[in-house]
Amino acid sequence: MPIRVGVFICHCGTNIGGIVDVPKVVEYAWTLPHVVYAEGNLYTCSEDGLSSIRSMIKKHHLNRVVVASCTPRTHEPLFKRNCELAGLNKYLFEFVNIREHCSWVHMNRHEDSTLKAKDLVRMGVAKVSLLKPQEDLSTEVIKATLVIGGGISGLSAALTLANQGYRVELIEKKDRLGGLLREINRVFPTNEPSADLLDPLINAVSNHERIKVHLGVELTEVNGFLGNFQAVIRKKGKTHELKVGTIIVAVGAEELKPAGLFGYGQFHNVMTQLEFEQKFKSNYADLNRVVIINCVGARVEERTYCGRFCCITGMKNAILIKEANPQAEISIMQRDIMAGGKVFEDYYRRTLEMGIRFIRYNVDRPPQIMGSDNLAGKVEVYHELIGKNMVIDVDLVLLNTPLVPREDNEQLSKIMRIPIGSEGYFLEAHQKLRPVEFPSDGLFIAGCARYPTEISECIAQGYAAAAKAAVPMAQGQVVSEAFTAEVDPLKCSNCGRCVEICPFGAIDWSDWKDTMGERRKVALANPTECKGCGLCVASCLSGAIQLKGFTDEEILAMVNTTAETHELTLA
Amino acid sequence: MLVIGGGIAGIQASIDLANMGIKVYLVEKKPSIGGRMAQLDKTFPTNDCSMCILAPKMIECANHDNIELLTYSELSELTGKAGRFKAKVIKKARFVEEDKCVGCGECAEKCPTKVDDEFNTGLGKRKAIYKYFPQAVPSTYVIDPDYCRTMQGKKCGVCEKICKAKAINYGQKDKVLALNIGAVVLATGFDLYDVAPLMEYGWGRIKNVITAMQFERMICASGPTGGHLKRPSDDREPERLAFIQCVGSRDIRHKRYCSAVCCMHATKEAILAREHYPGLTSTIFYMDMRAAGKGFQEYVRRAKSQYAVEYIRARPGRVTEIEENENPVIHYEDTINRSFRAREFDMVILCQALVPSRSNQTIAENLGIELDEFGFISAPQELINPFGTTREGIFGCGFCQAPMDVPDSVIRASAAASKVAEVLAHGS
Repeated sequence: MPIRVGVFICHCGTNIGGIVDVPKVVEYAWTLPHVVYAEGNLYTCSEDGLSSIRSMIKKHHLNRVVVASCTPRTHEPLFKRNCELAGLNKYLFEFVNIREHCSWVHMNRHEDSTLKAKDLVRMGVAKVSLLKPQEDLSTEVIKATLVIGGGISGLSAALTLANQGYRVELIEKKDRLGGLLREINRVFPTNEPSADLLDPLINAVSNHERIKVHLGVELTEVNGFLGNFQAVIRKKGKTHELKVGTIIVAVGAEELKPAGLFGYGQFHNVMTQLEFEQKFKSNYADLNRVVIINCVGARVEERTYCGRFCCITGMKNAILIKEANPQAEISIMQRDIMAGGKVFEDYYRRTLEMGIRFIRYNVDRPPQIMGSDNLAGKVEVYHELIGKNMVIDVDLVLLNTPLVPREDNEQLSKIMRIPIGSEGYFLEAHQKLRPVEFPSDGLFIAGCARYPTEISECIAQGYAAAAKAAVPMAQGQVVSEAFTAEVDPLKCSNCGRCVEICPFGAIDWSDWKDTMGERRKVALANPTECKGCGLCVASCLSGAIQLKGFTDEEILAMVNTTAETHELTLA
Repeated sequence: MLVIGGGIAGIQASIDLANMGIKVYLVEKKPSIGGRMAQLDKTFPTNDCSMCILAPKMIECANHDNIELLTYSELSELTGKAGRFKAKVIKKARFVEEDKCVGCGECAEKCPTKVDDEFNTGLGKRKAIYKYFPQAVPSTYVIDPDYCRTMQGKKCGVCEKICKAKAINYGQKDKVLALNIGAVVLATGFDLYDVAPLMEYGWGRIKNVITAMQFERMICASGPTGGHLKRPSDDREPERLAFIQCVGSRDIRHKRYCSAVCCMHATKEAILAREHYPGLTSTIFYMDMRAAGKGFQEYVRRAKSQYAVEYIRARPGRVTEIEENENPVIHYEDTINRSFRAREFDMVILCQALVPSRSNQTIAENLGIELDEFGFISAPQELINPFGTTREGIFGCGFCQAPMDVPDSVIRASAAASKVAEVLAHGS
């Protein structure tokens, strides 16, 4: 069937029409190869314009459509939908932007803008003539989620998903649930026992009919893609495969053990907050002289980040000690008090009002711990705000250390092909707007695996990651756009560059049998995982990969028509 | 499902719920969704252009089959109970037909009446017929009846004559919509604390003292000065900027809480200013440098080492003005060097406290929920149920609950969506 192109050119009121001579561009469009119809519209996106597209497709038997108007970001779906309504495959449509690319950037150059608009329309027509109809790909989504990690974040995510009707496989490498929170006696800012909030949650998760808890297991392999992942877990040497649609990473973090800092490892009475909680449980009444040092191994050259909630942890233990023994003398040595927001600022004020002393120290003149016979006896510190050295007698020194990423993050990153940031924590897709998602579809993150996070925020992140995981499961199917990479196995030299470079893990090795029946290893792209970014296309030395909708032939047609018209020579 | 507030939190909650197949009515009192994030030039700590990352979300919201945008609208009544609420929403008259206006802007170009532009914090002017901001969603124009000549009974009618889409309708009336909904998510965000009562800092009296939001609009390319820094007194480019933190925050005379975002906000503005003018320097007067989020410490380190930003630990007592050059002078005690100083700057920026939306009071009354002493939406079990309110079936997320930044608001929004999905799954 001959190619029959229709071109619709928008004035956008005066936005385009005030600069670009639209009637001239329409007239020009009529002269282009394959064009059988062209018109200008005051607003192509208004109902008048859209109904014109629909009726002209039928009247002139158009089998390709070009709209020259504003940005595809806002308007492409609209025009494609109208092509479909008129019975035209939506992939036989090409968008040309003559507002941002012509009238807006060349506001004072009417003639040049018009000329450029003609060029762009001609390129659009050249490309659209070569486009082929495509079908979107749709795959079923398994309505189950794998949650990795049984701490507060993972438990929260598991419970809300199960309550929404989804099946959850919760895996935990330890033999019990609860994570780091299990090791803490009381939680700020309510100072209630952590068991009071953890136990009901663990019970609800353990007894939920849709949640299967796997304790003491190791994740060894993850394959597949959004909607259809296979995860292999191992328990006591036996392996088992789980089939899920989505995965949430909630592996948490661990407390830094500050070897060699502030007498840690040298004096028995110098310990971290977590060690303190485990050693003393809630028996604080005999504690008299306590110094708490903040930013131990945090906000320093070798570890620049802030632990986010250590300040509050220190205040919590100071309050609890002071409540148990009002005579206790407690000093907190700090560099900045991170009590952001509403609740923590009040908590800070409460600590101050209880008579707990805050001493500001400088990172260049840190407190010195002195003692003998494995016991610290004094802390000497330069009080930055008074400008004097102070010596404080102590029975106990608590070191406020930040959380650090788990050592096995690296391994998990390889298994799941998920990125790790500079601090060693997992890296989300976008720090501002996609904080609980990984770049690859179907993979999500929550809690301290992402960055040190306090309890209510862990719960919120668990719920947020669950919401993201619920979306494809609620939809039941994932529809992927047809513009994906396609490998020609005949040309593939199996060098592996594309496999390495693909940020979505969409290209994998596979066995391919050629027409002679010979088998060899080639790289093939999975259309469900491919996002159509084109990195592989550019990386392929053999020219074996084409991106549908942006093939070499289509792109070169655009370039050539420009070159011919302007008598440019292509090197 | 009803979401109240069309800022980033409300937008995110709406998109998540709609993607789960739940019908969402998104109610926003302003003529466009976008909220506070739309007013920002860039965002910390990545310096991503705010509008560039927000606009796609706004458009996704507008184009979503399951989301009905009710902009320029307010909730007036809620009856019934969780799972079976009945809501009344007043859709205010725009005097421009939404289904006809294509947002071309010819009307505003020709409109003869200029009005102070609220979106640009009063720094610029808009017309009596206007689009809330250039990237507004929906892009429909609005007539401000208080200033429109025709609506004030004077001779004009210019916009009606010029509009090729025939969208102007001076006779349009407010509409009351009755909606059946299962649950409500509140995302009403924040307002800016009025800094005029803090007489010691001279805002309103000293011309070259402005607020952080005014600075944000000034440094934004789509703002009233096209991204150029200009001193309000003489349009001159400033060379020395000073930022005063905790203006109204962490202050028992005003708001005793910490507004949570201003330390990073000031750091960002100082970095942006230096990027615009390589010779410019900034000094930030702070109490605690609260850079506790992911990547924040590194951001502050970069500000110091690469952007010549100076941090002084001090709570300035007063700002005065030098008469001949209109330069503000900050009087402060440097608490690290323990000395009283006075230092001259070209421009002073006040990082004002952020307060809960003033409309919370009415909304709380209409919804039958409680606010905390500051006017934030109260979450009685803040620790384990951060999305809850005092009434079943009504949830909160984002800054309307407590001060928080964009990523935290986005997280809370998705979290609230998950909670709503639970409730609706049980109901059905």
